[in-house]
Amino acid sequence: MSRKGADIVIETLIEEGVEYIFGLPGGAIMEVYDALYRVGGIKHILARHEQGAGHMAEGYAKATGKVGVAMVTSGPGATNLVTPIADAYMDSVPTVFITGQVPLHLIGNDAFQEVDIIGITRPITKHSFLVKRVEDLPYVIRQAFHIARTGRPGPVVIDLPKDITQQLSDVSIPSKEEAISSLIGYKPHLTGNPQQIKKAVKLITEAKKPVLYVGGGAVNAEAQDELLELAELMRIPVTTTTQGKGAFPEDHPLSLRMLGMHGTYYANMAVYNCDLLIAVGARFDDRVTGKVEEFAPNAKIIHIDIDPASISKNIIVDVPIVGDVKIVLNKILEEIKKKGAKILHEREREEWLEQINKWKKMYPLTYKNSDKVIKPQYVIEQIYEVTRGEAILSAGVGQHQMWTAMFYKFSFPRQFINSGGLGTMGFGLPAGIGAKVGRPDIPVFVVDGDGSFMMTMQEVVTAVHYKIPVKVAIINNGYLGMVRQWQELFYEKRYSEVDLSIQPDFVKLAEACGAVGFRAEKPSEVREILEEAMRIEDRPVIMDFHVDREENVFPMVPAGKSYKDMILEDGKSPDVETMYLVG
Amino acid sequence: MSEFTVIETRKLREVRKGATRKHIINVTVRNEFGVLARIATLIAGKGYNIESLSVGETHEKGISRMTIEIIGDDIVIDQVVKQLRKLIDTIKVRDLTDIPHVERELVLIKVHTPTARARDEVLRITEIFRGKVVDVSQETYTVEVTGDEDKIRAIVELLKPFGIKEMARTGKIAMKRELGWEENPQD
Repeated sequence: MSRKGADIVIETLIEEGVEYIFGLPGGAIMEVYDALYRVGGIKHILARHEQGAGHMAEGYAKATGKVGVAMVTSGPGATNLVTPIADAYMDSVPTVFITGQVPLHLIGNDAFQEVDIIGITRPITKHSFLVKRVEDLPYVIRQAFHIARTGRPGPVVIDLPKDITQQLSDVSIPSKEEAISSLIGYKPHLTGNPQQIKKAVKLITEAKKPVLYVGGGAVNAEAQDELLELAELMRIPVTTTTQGKGAFPEDHPLSLRMLGMHGTYYANMAVYNCDLLIAVGARFDDRVTGKVEEFAPNAKIIHIDIDPASISKNIIVDVPIVGDVKIVLNKILEEIKKKGAKILHEREREEWLEQINKWKKMYPLTYKNSDKVIKPQYVIEQIYEVTRGEAILSAGVGQHQMWTAMFYKFSFPRQFINSGGLGTMGFGLPAGIGAKVGRPDIPVFVVDGDGSFMMTMQEVVTAVHYKIPVKVAIINNGYLGMVRQWQELFYEKRYSEVDLSIQPDFVKLAEACGAVGFRAEKPSEVREILEEAMRIEDRPVIMDFHVDREENVFPMVPAGKSYKDMILEDGKSPDVETMYLVG
Repeated sequence: MSEFTVIETRKLREVRKGATRKHIINVTVRNEFGVLARIATLIAGKGYNIESLSVGETHEKGISRMTIEIIGDDIVIDQVVKQLRKLIDTIKVRDLTDIPHVERELVLIKVHTPTARARDEVLRITEIFRGKVVDVSQETYTVEVTGDEDKIRAIVELLKPFGIKEMARTGKIAMKRELGWEENPQD
């Protein structure tokens, strides 16, 4: 049947199982919007800014594991997507970004609203396509989804010249297999080398002081069950990154919570002193390792990752295993069971766990609460209580993101949605909206900073428009708080351009947008507002928590320093004698 | 805190640093729109200059082969190779630097030859290098020579005193030797 290219786009998206598109129309993409109107079958969320649409697609993908789709027009529409694309690239989020483009014959002519978005996004996409023949459309779209969701997931851009979406074609939608058959150079390695798996099992059984270091790859691979089984069977404590949170329940006795720059004392001490580090879908980011020379200096390292380029990139590892984390962990478990492999040094292993418990008791995550001023950590703890730890939390970037990571215990995968690699302020609200669209069954809290919130706050209107009941808790300190903290610690309190105390009245702003607004200025008001917010199901709620302005995020390992340079609460250093173990 | 024992000296994790040298990398690609730009972007993104690059079709339809020469740290080049492999359009990527391989480059050199003596001498040098004179004018000879890096360098040095007016090189192409011979027989 002959139909327009635009119709073929929508038909193929439906075939790929797309339920939602986040987007904003414009001249070059109008044909596809027209087809969406005529053909139907996909719900569309009209964002108020293309960046918002992009982060919504990411939030949707991070919360559901499905491919998130954003669609925008050419030129400025496309350039406004660049930040979400880069963000999705850094955090391996399966996403397809569809951009309109000027007609083929005008490409390169500096036409109205023309940019070379393929060129601009080349270093920040897993792959990209400029469609040059209408018959290619269904193949390209299927390939894009295949590439986005398999291997190490990532963003794929499809650039659609307007005339391609207008031309008629009777091309039929190919099967997935047929569509991807021409991708001869793309075959992610999934199974893991059997010899390497044997080596890994040997190290795991022989280790006296092992630690599992788990990143976003474990969430992407849905390896939570295998991880739990391995940790419990072999008695291995587990630390997770911001992206790995929820892959292992943080209320489990073997959990060390987060490691790295704002990791727990005990996670960092465990990694510092371990004799075997098992990295699972993690990439040894500088925010995790600090000074590379002093990262797990006595440990052998096993690294399981689907991306061969992530292995031995920042740190040379002893046993690299390229493969899907879930499949490889299953093979490790099989090998352990088949061999009846036992922990060789049972006594040392128990001493190790005892030692970790001592560290946990000595420097737990803590803060000094107050009955006069709201402490940001207190707000997070209260959110944890009113949601019984069962909500999805989306965060912006900065101090509030780290407090959320520290004071909310995450217990299931895809529960903490935040921008780890790129560190994109303004991510929280739109990503939270996308998450709620994908998971309407679970309450979604957005924990945002006042600075982060103001970068994408237009999306409150989107949430009102579609009655998306996200609950936005602004941790309002009137500062670009994390920058201020660094200025306090490393620039002798020269607070250069971080004061945000001139800001809108967020309660009135919420009301002007059609949302509900609350404000709390005293600790006693926090709980009540949160409970009230939990009851509102037909629109977003904006909660403006005026918190202690100069509260800092601790523990902290200063950038480029070693774990032993960690700063605890009130700027104190840990007792050095507690940090080392006999190797 | 008597329950802990302090260790005086701690081991440091070894940070491997690679030698900086010239690498020659073969990349087989699907001949798709933008593939050259992707590869160039990736290499430029690591801060490296491409020393030479040659691209051409292979015997298989739609498949092209590139030979890329870059100077860089061994470890970073290893990253580049892994990243090149990740590109959707690359089929095979091989760093030939430490593998026995054949290298060739073709060069055209337009030499200033206003006198009979200069013409005789340039012709003689060209013959020694098993090259050809492919274009002649009253003032110039254009010489074509094929060979590996050393041979090309040698003839360029020999022709320089006459005055080189123009020079064009194809960039290296390279192929792995099947039997892995150590020696590198000339032509």
